[in-house]
Amino acid sequence: MTEKTTPLWEVFIRSRTGMAHRHCGSVHAADAEMALQAARDVYTRRGEGLSIWVVPSAEIIASDPSEKGMLFEPTASKIYRHPTFYEIPEDVGNM
Amino acid sequence: MYTQALNARETETSAPEDAERLAAFQARIDAEEKIEPNDWMPAAYRKTLVRQISQHAHSEIVGMLPEGNWITRAPTLKRKAALLAKVQDEGGHGLYLYSAAETLGVSREELTEQLLSGRAKYSSIFNYPTLTWADIGAIGWLVDGAAIMNQIPLCRCSFGPYARAMIRVCKEESFHQRQGYELLLEMCRSSEEQKAMVQDALDRWWWPSLMMFGPSDTHSTHSAQSMAWKIKRFTNDELRQKFVDATVPQAHFLGLTIPDDKLAFDAESGHWTFGEIDWDEFSRVIAGDGPCNRERLSARQKAHEAGAWVREAALAHAEKRAARRAAAQVAAE
Repeated sequence: MTEKTTPLWEVFIRSRTGMAHRHCGSVHAADAEMALQAARDVYTRRGEGLSIWVVPSAEIIASDPSEKGMLFEPTASKIYRHPTFYEIPEDVGNM
Repeated sequence: MYTQALNARETETSAPEDAERLAAFQARIDAEEKIEPNDWMPAAYRKTLVRQISQHAHSEIVGMLPEGNWITRAPTLKRKAALLAKVQDEGGHGLYLYSAAETLGVSREELTEQLLSGRAKYSSIFNYPTLTWADIGAIGWLVDGAAIMNQIPLCRCSFGPYARAMIRVCKEESFHQRQGYELLLEMCRSSEEQKAMVQDALDRWWWPSLMMFGPSDTHSTHSAQSMAWKIKRFTNDELRQKFVDATVPQAHFLGLTIPDDKLAFDAESGHWTFGEIDWDEFSRVIAGDGPCNRERLSARQKAHEAGAWVREAALAHAEKRAARRAAAQVAAE
């Protein structure tokens, strides 16, 4: 193969007004404009979206799965961050 | 199914994996956790998935050809719009699946090259010709019906990107099966001649559809490991039986006869029993000697070669614009 590889883009779609853009997959395209067109054809054939973001896959910085424990485990012990940790008589009611 | 050739025996042996990591991996699988691309996985798990997902993707792409053949000859605008949408979906499904395979470290270009060189396999079903309009209905009803039966359990596959792609595919594919059956129903109700066309299509597509589920369980070499890894949830024969049980009453509803004189309802088990598949034909078509293997491959090669200038031009254009932007920035500073 003599051809150059076509860059990969991650696709994020906002399905409705008021919702956040959500990752839905990826496409290959030579540039951003073609990536948007390809994302529209591949991921919104049935009215799935009102807005599309494409981001070069190489630009995404991801956390390392082997550091999952170090990053996320400490929150498990901090149950006082949740409202159910506090005892309030039922008569008082919720805000 | 779309990955029948997975059942071919592998010859090479890989280096042994670290027993502790293997056990931890299997424990995650057993706990129904999803495996994500950056997680540790055994080399054989990765390899099986690359083969399975890419064969599935190739099947979607080659699967566009037998139906694409009929888009310009659809009998009404409604049928033409439906067929066009279905073929477009198949292109989309191929792309979701290629993306899922790429997360395992294989490039799109490599996968394409494997298909075009004939090294990679795709489902044997797409190597049969579409001779009449009734074949389009039969493909929707039987081929997409079989695909749905296989793909629904794949939505729970242990590999996250594959499972997520399957969820999208299954959501979209239900219409493929329904438009096919509706088309056949309309033909069967129209005239004796059209009903005869539908019977002829069933006669030709029935057995190849049953072959889509792959070799029988006694001859399937990869099944046990794939089941343990929860890539596969049901065996080939279990899925095939489900398919037969679902489609036989549907054929009867159309007033058609299944081309199998051994077909009988077993009241005790509640299942339809059926005759033996022609496994020689199955092996021949998988190995590349079906009615349309050469035609399908050459159509893909031609499309790839004829499109090369577009890919090259798009990349050159992108590079030129990036260079101009960079030059303008330098000038502005």
